[in-house]
Amino acid sequence: MTEPILVIDHLKVDFQTDEGTVHAVDDVSLSLAPGEVLAIVGESGSGKSVTAMSLLGLNRGPNARFTGTAMYKGTELLSASNDDLRKIRGAEIAMIFQDPMTSLNPVQRIGDQIAEQILAHEKLSKAQVRDRVVELMERVGIPRAAERARSYPHEFSGGMRQRVMIALALSCSPNVLIADEPTTALDVTIQAQILERIKDLKEETGTAIILVTHDLGVVADIADRIAVMYGGRIVEQGTVDEIFYDPQHPYTWGLLGSITRVDRPRGERLPSIAGLPPSLLDPPAGCHFRARCPHEFPKCLEVPPLEDRGCGHADRCWLTVEEKRAKREVRPGEIGLANKEEVAPV
Amino acid sequence: MASIDSAETGFSTDLPPEIAAEERRAPGSGPWRIALRRLRRNKVALVFGVVFVLLVALSLSAPLYAKHIAHTTPYKNRIADTITVHGQQKNIVDFDGTPIGPTWTKQYFLGADRNGRDVMVRLLYGGRTSLLIGFGASLITLVLATFFGLMAGFFGGWIDAIISRCFDVMWAFPVILLGVALGVSLNLGGITVGPLSLKGGSLWIPTIIIGISYVVYLGRPIRGQVLQLREKEFIEAARAQGLGPWRIMFSELLPNLASTLLVFFPLIVANAVLLEAALSFLGAGVQPPEPSWGVMISEGVDLLTTAPWLTIAPGLMLVLTVLSLNIFGEGVRDALDPRAKIRMEH
Amino acid sequence: MGRFIVRRIIGMILVMFAVSILTFLIFQVIPNGDPAVRMAGKNSTPTQIAAIRDTWHFNDPIYEQYVYTMKQVFTGSLISYSDQTNVWQEIKKGLPRTFALGIGAAIIWMVLGVSLGLYSAVRSGGFSDRLLTVLALIGVSMPVFWVGALMSYYLGYKFGWFPNGGYTEIAQGGFGQWIYHLILPWTALAILFVGVYSRILRSNILDTINDDYVRTARAKGISERQVLIRHVLRNSLIPIITLWGLDFGLVIGGGAVLTESVFNLQGVGQYFAEAIGRLDVPPVLEVTILGAFFIVLLNTVVDIVYALLDPRIRLGS
Repeated sequence: MTEPILVIDHLKVDFQTDEGTVHAVDDVSLSLAPGEVLAIVGESGSGKSVTAMSLLGLNRGPNARFTGTAMYKGTELLSASNDDLRKIRGAEIAMIFQDPMTSLNPVQRIGDQIAEQILAHEKLSKAQVRDRVVELMERVGIPRAAERARSYPHEFSGGMRQRVMIALALSCSPNVLIADEPTTALDVTIQAQILERIKDLKEETGTAIILVTHDLGVVADIADRIAVMYGGRIVEQGTVDEIFYDPQHPYTWGLLGSITRVDRPRGERLPSIAGLPPSLLDPPAGCHFRARCPHEFPKCLEVPPLEDRGCGHADRCWLTVEEKRAKREVRPGEIGLANKEEVAPV
Repeated sequence: MASIDSAETGFSTDLPPEIAAEERRAPGSGPWRIALRRLRRNKVALVFGVVFVLLVALSLSAPLYAKHIAHTTPYKNRIADTITVHGQQKNIVDFDGTPIGPTWTKQYFLGADRNGRDVMVRLLYGGRTSLLIGFGASLITLVLATFFGLMAGFFGGWIDAIISRCFDVMWAFPVILLGVALGVSLNLGGITVGPLSLKGGSLWIPTIIIGISYVVYLGRPIRGQVLQLREKEFIEAARAQGLGPWRIMFSELLPNLASTLLVFFPLIVANAVLLEAALSFLGAGVQPPEPSWGVMISEGVDLLTTAPWLTIAPGLMLVLTVLSLNIFGEGVRDALDPRAKIRMEH
Repeated sequence: MGRFIVRRIIGMILVMFAVSILTFLIFQVIPNGDPAVRMAGKNSTPTQIAAIRDTWHFNDPIYEQYVYTMKQVFTGSLISYSDQTNVWQEIKKGLPRTFALGIGAAIIWMVLGVSLGLYSAVRSGGFSDRLLTVLALIGVSMPVFWVGALMSYYLGYKFGWFPNGGYTEIAQGGFGQWIYHLILPWTALAILFVGVYSRILRSNILDTINDDYVRTARAKGISERQVLIRHVLRNSLIPIITLWGLDFGLVIGGGAVLTESVFNLQGVGQYFAEAIGRLDVPPVLEVTILGAFFIVLLNTVVDIVYALLDPRIRLGS
């Protein structure tokens, strides 16, 4: 394997609030190879977005505390000065945000917003910037780009705005692209288009991508590797095939079970994971998934280590491999948590 | 949402929305209880709330103070009299017209005005008048604005058109000019409308003028809010149940306006007290010899060079009252509806 | 745009029509004594009074009186009851003073309000922010005529730093004297608005700074200063600028009456206050209509400026 471009090591993020300390990210280690697509999957509150934001220092503030390291090409991102980080933002590591409706400045022209990023990193003439903006907009599939660069965000649909966000992110040819739920706020048909576009661009440019999402279904045909997060921790990581065909953690089984599938018999209820995600203010001792896990046993009161089972497939569960095999009702790709179904979701 | 926290704690300390959502999910607490808890934590607002209550209590005890401590009335002139202060006999009003300054004793605690009246007694009585008018006017504003705002927002059509046009006219009216014109004119002749008859000099005159002046500032936001509420499902449901329009307005819509009204009320009272002072200062509000803080300032300004306390004392009471109402009002707003943008004219 | 302006002008005319009728009626319906008797003076005969009634059209039906009066208002030939001077001439004398007061104060409160609001937001939660918040609330809670009176007493009379009220024309005393005489009135009038504006801007900035597009801007790699100026401040200022127009309209349209009276500036507001003291209806009527005109005019200007600043706003909807 090639040298990774980004290595996150024991990242912890805490926020001080009036109610107490929120442990948003708890001991996350990840690495990203050049050109690789890494998906971080988890429900809201799992710490996946916080992890992504921390890399660019977008959630810095007097009440936030970061420990651990995140090395990018010799720069430690978590402790980097704002000035150093500024040179990386946009130029080296770019980000696409979740809600395209609110992520663009409503009173600035689209073209100017893209140009702003280019000019922050490169010395170009006005005409050169204009050409680059139009070319970028064409590349992400915005028709009549030269004309539309003069439009304002409210004149664009949600899907078109997300294309603008992609064009913006790509404008300085970054080495790493962080896409934070890039399709969540969009219609299903548009979602597919946007994902397709991201995939094409990855192939064209060789940019490494971190794709943050709550939807395992989205990542299946775009990601190389998947990290599943729960309650601020990574509970399982591995290649797409490993996660989909040999999932080890009961939470992953639940996630896989709740994917909508065309081949599911009609009328059958979509399985769901009962209960609520843990409070990160006052997380339960031991395994965070314990309270919702159908297979909980006394050992779970201790925090399970993220144990590597070889070739990078690792998970955080005390069950032995054999027990897991027996307990997940094996039907590759469709695994539910049937025995906890009668617990009504709150 | 998350911005509530950052408004208190500072710059860019925004929690990820998912965590903020987590935090808000306090168990078993209705919106009113949350608001009360927030208000209780806001010590500054509470302190000024208490200050205001004390000011009200003090003003209400004016007759007791006058009778048992100062042994006088707010109207009793003693231009030619003398009093003994610390064994020295002094003129209450000097031959050049300068009244006696603060004696810090039971009689003439804050000195006398040019007619030899006890300033402290007049200050307390004046507070009673000012607060009475402030509260009375605010209640008038509240009732009228709620009624017309509800009518306009709920019925729409020609009712809305008429009410909105009236609001437009009131909006364009130079409030203080209208108040002064009405005040002077009414105070001179009084008015009789049907069975109601107001004599010139009645306290009702400034109360009604001020009450009506602010209707538009509350009526417009209420109309806007009703327009939004009208489209909500619970109103649909009430309609579907066959509830009549009046029933819907008062038992469905009104409770939903309660927090807006509650937020506005202290701020309206504060502004009404200020407007009373302004009208009285220009001779269009409370009529002498009846004391009010505005009247006292207006009388005091004539003697500013020789007896500045006549201006300073009622002004300080006025500022303290309005300030405590404003701070307490902001506390209520932050507790109930931190996003509300409230603005009043003077 | 064209259609919007036409519609607004029609609206303005209707509103001013309503304002003029209301003001006219206030003095017709409310018994305040017979102006003819007041004008004739103490030792007048009934014949004299009747003659005055006749020349001033007091015997005409009320709507004819209204039409007659309005004609005079718009031809600038309205005459005061009490001293028989031409009202428009008097207003014309007062207008430059009222404008000088209003424009100067508006500039001061905008500049101070924006700088203090920005500073407060950047330092939000800190000591200086709290101090500014308290000062702003005190400023909002002080009646302008009281502040003005104390200022002119202490700073003008007692310490002698400033003139004790009054107004000096530029042509008369030069630019320096003109400013010197206006500093106190400007400050007194601006205090309230500085409080209001700094608080609103502060809360706008703190709202905006958490908006998603500000995060996008940060992720672009531009400096924090640029994020603050180009995105946060620019967007937070839009509502402040529209507010500025509305408040300026209110101040010019009668809001300055207290300040003018306290500092004896002899502006339109003070002219109004003195006229109402004499129950001199014509000046009251004309000043009120003029005030409404400025308020409605500034409202329209503000709507147009708002649409220019924020492309999401469509005129006329």
